[in-house]
Amino acid sequence: MSKINLVIDHIQVSVESGSTILEAAKKMNIKIPTLCHHEDLCVAGNCRVCMVEQVGSDRLLPSCATPAAEGMEILTNSLKVRNARKSVIELLVSEHRAECTRCYKNGTCELQHLSSEYLIGEDSLIDLVPLKEFTIDYFSPSIIKDDSKCIRCQRCVRSCDQLQNIGALSVAYKGQKMKIASFFEKPMYEVVCTNCGQCVNRCPTGALIERNYIDEVWSAINDPQKHLVVQTAPAVRIALGEALGMEPGKIVTGKMVAALRRLGFDSVLDTDFSADLTIIEEGNELLQRLKGALVDKDPNVKLPMTTSCSPGWIKYIEHMYPQLLGNVSTAKSPQQMFGALAKTYYANKINVEPENMVSVSVMPCTAKKYEANRPEMHSSGYKDVDLVLTTRELARMIQQAGIDFLALENEEYDSIMGMSTGAAVIFGATGGVMEAALRTAYEVVTGRDVPFDGLNILPVRGMEEVKEASIKIENPLPAWAFLDGVELKTCVAHGLANAKKVMDRVVKGEANYHFIEIMACPGGCLGGGGQPIPTNKEIREKRTRAIYEEDAGKPIRKSHENPEVIKIYDEFLVKPLGHKSHELLHTSYTERNRY
Amino acid sequence: MSEITNLVKSLAEKHGRYQESLLPILQGVIEQQKFLSEEAMVEIARELDISAARVFGTASFYSFLNTRPLGQYVIRVCRTITCMMHGKNQIIQELEKCLKIKLGETTLDGKFTLLETNCLGQCHKGPAMLVNDEPYTQLTPEKVRDIIQSLKMNEASKLSNPDLN
Repeated sequence: MSKINLVIDHIQVSVESGSTILEAAKKMNIKIPTLCHHEDLCVAGNCRVCMVEQVGSDRLLPSCATPAAEGMEILTNSLKVRNARKSVIELLVSEHRAECTRCYKNGTCELQHLSSEYLIGEDSLIDLVPLKEFTIDYFSPSIIKDDSKCIRCQRCVRSCDQLQNIGALSVAYKGQKMKIASFFEKPMYEVVCTNCGQCVNRCPTGALIERNYIDEVWSAINDPQKHLVVQTAPAVRIALGEALGMEPGKIVTGKMVAALRRLGFDSVLDTDFSADLTIIEEGNELLQRLKGALVDKDPNVKLPMTTSCSPGWIKYIEHMYPQLLGNVSTAKSPQQMFGALAKTYYANKINVEPENMVSVSVMPCTAKKYEANRPEMHSSGYKDVDLVLTTRELARMIQQAGIDFLALENEEYDSIMGMSTGAAVIFGATGGVMEAALRTAYEVVTGRDVPFDGLNILPVRGMEEVKEASIKIENPLPAWAFLDGVELKTCVAHGLANAKKVMDRVVKGEANYHFIEIMACPGGCLGGGGQPIPTNKEIREKRTRAIYEEDAGKPIRKSHENPEVIKIYDEFLVKPLGHKSHELLHTSYTERNRY
Repeated sequence: MSEITNLVKSLAEKHGRYQESLLPILQGVIEQQKFLSEEAMVEIARELDISAARVFGTASFYSFLNTRPLGQYVIRVCRTITCMMHGKNQIIQELEKCLKIKLGETTLDGKFTLLETNCLGQCHKGPAMLVNDEPYTQLTPEKVRDIIQSLKMNEASKLSNPDLN
């Protein structure tokens, strides 16, 4: 690629052609402030905070939207630039409800940082907020949308459009009335919003935040009557450190367990246990569907079967492809399986009345909050999962408790329902559920390991948008003779924009897959909306490496070999897809409107 | 299939299922239905394979793409500075009195809706207003009374002579 030479702040630099001025400056470690810009999203150029001066030109240029050109002379910090930026920030603040000390984003707000950097005066411009009738949508259990804090940078709109292809949020109205709105400004929980939280992860202010349950959890911890059970999702342990001052890609499982005990949780257990269980139930469901289709030729059997772990994906398909709900595995997500078992099997084991148990989960996900609040998620007779925290909220609690996270000694999960395999860990990465399911299903059918080196099914790994893999089944055990010679075709998609591509092909009958894994968020759960901010391509890759490292280091790497899973079938569930499983571990879905 | 589904389908056939067909389709629905219902927007979104919020966002940008049912006569009074200086507030007051509604409302019989609009390009003849597509300029409270009276009469004559419809 050809190079372009330019001068930034009197220093010569050479960048690849096509680079923006912002990228060129970044290469030289010159920081240009940005608000609407985000690495994951297309250029918007609407906030005007990143303005720079081109020597010899009257007009300032938005550095995020201007390609570097040969011979340019750019000043990023001239008086003209500083004054312009300051005015822009003042204007944004004049329409922003700056109640910073009471804001959830206090300390993590990008607008606040800039205001502080540029020393915005108290009375710089008239506060326009009281003159505008802003809406605060507080009805969703997952996401709070507060228009009074919105600076209309449209990162949320672009996240929803480009990463997810949902478009639950759009720019509506014009001029001074312009705002970010859902369909007919309906509450977020009523529209197609999947609660994935990709917008929350990218909002530079407090306009889109997760609904936090930190105080509720503290109250429960403080109640001596209550037994607190906590479960932690696979993708939390490889990202929590980031929110507590560590580099991305660090595995902090042991420290996290120790911290949860210090916070006061009575049982520190692992969603990975129920991830292993999900594989058993979902794997068996797939085999049952294959038998139904291939042997019984039952026309009611729906294939391809899709995964059901990602609550963002579930809400998406309920809205957008209601005709395909029969294709979704009826297996609950690991969070909800765990919840249903915590207040039945586990409560009985430890002799605690389920009404005295508070079940908390820590998830990389804002959609899990919505999932836990679904009316059907009461199969234990109680609300199966009471409170859902994101990775960010747990980090905040650890800080509140004054725990020096980095200094914590590693601790182990409690037993039972704390033991897991490498197959469960990789649930956190795109392709992980598929890989875990294949490790188990192949062995169930043939009695042998999957034919991949070291159990690593590389074709389903990585950040490619849509991945395909097929395994030919040869010499199966007698019970599965009908699968002899069958080529099991699978597909993996992450990010709902990619899910849509796959599902459109399924609708048209162009896809001959048997099994499809879909994760709502880019990169899978490790790129979830509840993960530390920032999350971007580079960070997702580091977290992915950590997940596969954790898998490789596990003594057991196949779900069906998890001793606690074997035990729970012996003692309680009896058999996969059995009566108890149907009662506690499977669910049904609801058709929803298309807006 | 409902009437609206058929209408949207035929408009999509006519204009093509492209993003740039959105505006002509919205206008087509307005021509037939006078306003864009939730149902219509959802159908448009489905036909063009775009999000319903996008359809709503686009419609809400344009003053003449109504997103709620309006009266048979939509009165839009220019609110911009020249008309304001020529007394548009008194014009609105007069209209509110004649129609017994407030700005933004529709009469109970569904005949009249009173709205404000941005510049109509009639600054040299302000104050100005539009009734449906018809501009009226150099308004005075008296003129407004006459206009409303004649629109009402027009309605009354239509009722007594249904053949003229």
